[in-house]
Parts: sequence; C-alpha cells; structure tokens
Amino acid sequence: MMKEAETPIMSVSSSSTSIDDEAALVAQARTGNAAAFSSLVERYEGKIFRLAQHITQNREDAEDVLQETFLKAYEHLDQFQGAARFYTWIVRIAVNQALMKLRKRKSDRTVSIDEEIDTGEDTVAREIAGWEENPEQQFSREEMTSILNTAVEGLPPIYRAVFVLRDVDELSTEETAEALNLSIPAVKSRLLRARLQLRDKLTRYFKRKGDDAFAYL
Amino acid sequence: MLTCKQFFEELTDYLDDKIDAQLRAKLEQHLSDCPNCWVICDTTKKTIKVYKGMDVCTIPPEIHTRLMAALEKKRKSEG
Repeated sequence: MMKEAETPIMSVSSSSTSIDDEAALVAQARTGNAAAFSSLVERYEGKIFRLAQHITQNREDAEDVLQETFLKAYEHLDQFQGAARFYTWIVRIAVNQALMKLRKRKSDRTVSIDEEIDTGEDTVAREIAGWEENPEQQFSREEMTSILNTAVEGLPPIYRAVFVLRDVDELSTEETAEALNLSIPAVKSRLLRARLQLRDKLTRYFKRKGDDAFAYL
Repeated sequence: MLTCKQFFEELTDYLDDKIDAQLRAKLEQHLSDCPNCWVICDTTKKTIKVYKGMDVCTIPPEIHTRLMAALEKKRKSEG
C-alpha cells in the first residue's frame, strides 16, 4: 500500500516540447505503434501526475488518475481529432478523473471545475507588503519547493487546476479553457484569484524584513 | 482615472501582456498613483516568476513501471 506523497510535486528545471514531434507520435500511435504511444506516455506522465496530485492532494489517488488517464487515452485514441494538442486532450481526461476522485471522497458535496465561486473578498489581497528582491535566494531548493507546493495546496481545486496549467505548464488561456471545458473569461477570473491568493500566502514568507503588512495603506 | 477595482479586473491580462497600448498606459498611470496596487502587482508578478521556474520532477520509477505494466496488460487484452 502506498503512503502519502513526500516527494516534491515540482522541482526546479526547464523543458520544452516539440508540438510537431507530438503530432507525428500521435499519428504513429493511432496506427497501433505501441512504442509511439509509450513515448507520449513518457513525455507527459510527469505533468499528468503532478496535475493529479495538485487536484486530489493524495498520491494514491494521483497514481490511479495517471493510470486511468493513459488507459482511457489508449482506448479512445481513435476519437482524438487532432484539432487540439494531444496534451490538452489528456489533461481534460485527467482533470475529469481527478474530480471524480474528489467527488467520491466528498460524496456529500459535488466538486466541479465550473462550480460557482465567490466573486468578492477572495480577490482582495489581505497582506500588502513588498518582497525581498530575490526570494528564491532566501531558501534552499527543498524549502522553496515545499513552500510553493504548500501554497498551491491551500487553493480550492478549481483554482489549482487553472493555475498549474496556465502558470506552471504555461498553456495558453485558450488551451487551458479547452482542457478544463471552461470559458475564457472563467479561466481568466480563476487565474486572477489563484494568483492573488498565492501572492498573499507567499508574502508571509517573502516579505521584506521590517515591512509591516498594510504599511502602504 | 481607473479605480483599484477596475485595475484588478485588468490585472491578469496586464501581467500576461495581452492588452493594447492605450489600456496599458492607463493601468501604468494607476500604478504610479496607487502604492497598494503597485505592491500587489509587483509581488503577483514575482509569484508567477517563482512558479514558472519550477518544472515536473521525474516521476517515481515504481509508478512509471506500474503504469507501463497496466498499458501492456490493456494491449494484450485487446490483442
């Protein structure tokens, strides 16, 4: 039996993906080329696992989501139209699977990516204080990863998914909307709230020494 | 002259550089007049920057192995 995750969901590095290469792999996978599908899995399994962990907040559920996502993608590959990126398509499957896990866990409460959300107070920043110039240098890499992951975990699931796709995976607003089946204004609205809530949480760690919250008021 | 509320309504597009020059000028005028909005905008920009520097860690090998085994089983069952 697996235990709760202690491994970092994110680490500091960078990568890029060739979309042309992805289209070629998808075309080969659709003809039954198992190696091509395995290459797609290897390319995206880390991102899908991270997204699933962010939404479910549970390593065992995230692994289930990961497996269900790629099994469904394999099973329904002939239905993938190719109009969108393959990654956007599997993100949509993964988000649906992850939300189903949450619904099962919270059977008394429906969890939906497009559920109504408060539109008032949560957009208003509570702590207004400037930050140190390079907050990354104040903490070790492990501490920084832990701080950033903890801050994301404090967001509601609907904000987490939008934030991770837009600001960590760097999908466009349009791709994020398509992956999450949301309108573009809904993505923008959730992204703003996620960014402001994270900013507020991180200010507690990164604010300049001697800066009082509300000093600018 | 924009209010703080109007500034926040445009903040996402401003940070993503998705606004025209005229609106950008209005927002930047507001930033120069409103220290609170300037601090929030600056620290939100830094928030995005620290997260953009992060990427996926390598998936744990045992999870990758189980995923590939599940896919292989699926292939064989459809074989």
